[in-house]
Amino acid sequence: MSFAKRILYVDLTTGKTEVKPLDMKLAKDYIGGIGLGMKLWLDHSKAGVDPLSPENPLFFMTGPLTGTMAPSAGNSYAVVSKSPLTNTIGEAKAHGFFGSEIKRAGYDAIVFTGKSEKLVYAWIDDESVQLLDAEHLKGKSPGETDETIREELGDFYIRVSAIGEAGEKLSRIACIINDEYRAIGRGGMGAVMGSKNLKAVAVRGTHDVDVADVEAFTEFVRTVHERMKGPATRKYRTLGTPENVLVLNALASLATRNFTNATFEGAEKVSGEYLNEHYVKKIIGCATCGMRCDHIAVVPEGQYKGSTSRVEFECLWSCGPLCGVDRLDAIIEAIRLADYYGMDGISIGVVVAMAMDCYENGVITDKDTDGLKLNFGNHESLVEAIRRIGTRTGWFGDTFAEGTKRAAEIIGKDAYKYANHIKGMELPGYDLRTLQTAALGFSVSFRGACHLRSGAYSPDVKGSVDRFKLEAGRGKMIVDGEDLYNVVDSLILCKFSRGVMYEGLKDMALYYEMATGIPMTAEEIILAGERINNLARVINIREGGGTRKEDQLPWKILNFPVPEECIGKGAYVKQHEFDVGLEDYYKVRGWTKDGIPTPEKLKEVGLDDLVPIVKKKIASMEK
Amino acid sequence: MPTIHEKKFVSGDPAKCIGCCVCEYACSLKHEKTFNPTKSRIRAIRLNSFVNLAVSCRLCEDSPCVAACPRDALRQSDENGTILIDEDKCNGCGWCIEACDYGAIQLHPETKKVFVCDLCDGEPQCVEWCPEEALDFTTKDVLSQKARRTAVKKLFQDALKGE
Repeated sequence: MSFAKRILYVDLTTGKTEVKPLDMKLAKDYIGGIGLGMKLWLDHSKAGVDPLSPENPLFFMTGPLTGTMAPSAGNSYAVVSKSPLTNTIGEAKAHGFFGSEIKRAGYDAIVFTGKSEKLVYAWIDDESVQLLDAEHLKGKSPGETDETIREELGDFYIRVSAIGEAGEKLSRIACIINDEYRAIGRGGMGAVMGSKNLKAVAVRGTHDVDVADVEAFTEFVRTVHERMKGPATRKYRTLGTPENVLVLNALASLATRNFTNATFEGAEKVSGEYLNEHYVKKIIGCATCGMRCDHIAVVPEGQYKGSTSRVEFECLWSCGPLCGVDRLDAIIEAIRLADYYGMDGISIGVVVAMAMDCYENGVITDKDTDGLKLNFGNHESLVEAIRRIGTRTGWFGDTFAEGTKRAAEIIGKDAYKYANHIKGMELPGYDLRTLQTAALGFSVSFRGACHLRSGAYSPDVKGSVDRFKLEAGRGKMIVDGEDLYNVVDSLILCKFSRGVMYEGLKDMALYYEMATGIPMTAEEIILAGERINNLARVINIREGGGTRKEDQLPWKILNFPVPEECIGKGAYVKQHEFDVGLEDYYKVRGWTKDGIPTPEKLKEVGLDDLVPIVKKKIASMEK
Repeated sequence: MPTIHEKKFVSGDPAKCIGCCVCEYACSLKHEKTFNPTKSRIRAIRLNSFVNLAVSCRLCEDSPCVAACPRDALRQSDENGTILIDEDKCNGCGWCIEACDYGAIQLHPETKKVFVCDLCDGEPQCVEWCPEEALDFTTKDVLSQKARRTAVKKLFQDALKGE
């Protein structure tokens, strides 16, 4: 059985640790990963907790397949806590090597509560758990922290997950990074770690991880390896996700200059094709996964010579086209710096793009930026802005380290028009004006703007719907996508490998059953996906959000039609169509018109104990 | 005993290795019926993104590990050149570990005796599983041939394209 059946609790205030058994009913009902993590978070927190207070527990979760040789799932972990960026439930996943160590150390999850008096790191060596002084790691990047800890503990095979300076300084876009390039990226989980004075988690696990049916399991793993050589993963193995640059540009969906334009004249120069030809030096993989997708790029010459980073589409887009920057060398350096300070590679670009838009429109001036010329396309300013935000230097760095939503509140005036976020989370790389199913999908995501909560861009990009408008029928597409992705993120399968589950939910249920020995059908696992989405929604309601009021789109998406000559010219999301879309989605979900899960729906998905929360909310809305 | 020319061992190609450790999982599955890289006879190393390689026993001639054992717990197989360990004699003292230049012989986390690649009865599972075909079960002679061919191909890539 691939669950360790144990959860480690670490109280950072007292230094006390405790191991408690994993409730196996929860392990079935919530699968593992984000599902189980969110359920545990709800049970271990008080309503309205401040995300950056000691009372907000921080969960490092593994999945049911973590620690096994399951490609792309054997190596994974998820972090769940309340997000300081969105005030909703926060969750993010990462792969690499770190996750499997937690399971091998004998834990399904590690829970950090309280706050350490001084900066520390947790050293978890199988049963032994210690909090060690980390003052000497202050200001170090996640990579430097990783290297220093392995050096001082004297074992190269120890795996480390750490924050950088941005996390220490409570930037709300701070991430957590393991294994050099792998990030718990979205939602400011790095700031939660920083608020606890927890610099890093270092783990060495030496125990066996067993599966229930080893023969069937390894046979299936063999099949997955074969499928990974096929068409389902071609994109990730060859050009990588930067292939999207030219694809989205052709669709007028490559958001440019902070969602001003939908096409980028410099697209060719920052394309996946150009990147691979001129910069990618090696493509490597995570533990247990032979698919290999990590495109490691090195700048061979010029002012950014030697700069090295792992380049995926999202960060390339946010630091490139979105800032009007058409130089890959500067983009590689920008991504390197985001990793260095430990900031979400999507959010950071969107934050800088907002600053540029504010600057171009006179909302902030040279006085505010201490002379930094934040014009679109100025690559040197992009790099310098990231430095300042990562270190919270000056008014500018300090303000934008708060993310777009709060920066807009601090600046006031028209700044909100340039803040491209949903629920506080910065938009990822899809122009929602020309991908309107995606617009609806992103707006209802429980962790804020996110392309990976439902993959709602897919029907738009494939052309199976009219992507320039919203109408009834889109709700079902989003709901199906969300429930499926909740399953994927609770098994913590890498989404790059979702295509190799040829039989979809049936394969995933089988994977779970073969590993854990707990019977699971496709119907049960998708019901778990639905349960998890409702759970997340109710958590957000308990925390004061989670209603229609929060399911909104940024100003530009609703008010600024695509201006340039292109296939998407004039496109924007019309409020009345968006309302139709929202109501359609709520109807399919079995929620009220205000977006609140009904007591009947909660009972249907086995969340009876959460009924009082929604009843109270529905009653207060009626008043 | 097979000669040095005939002895087949598991060799990793750093140009192909991506550091995924699938070999480690395959090895622990085969020998220990579980998933546990710390019980693998082959270990992958990632020095940085660009330098990845899996290392296991190279079946040295006059093996230093055998010579180093003060308790005669190690001997080299006459049949295939692998290192055979007498677990009754081994007390985990680690002289063999110090003697090995490649870190190929290790201390087992549970038995506290040393363990090393046994070539899986001629069908190394790491080679079988490696998704990148970065591992070869081969001889030194074949490896040198292969390297020569690759080098010459590189030198004359234009001529080869013109064919």
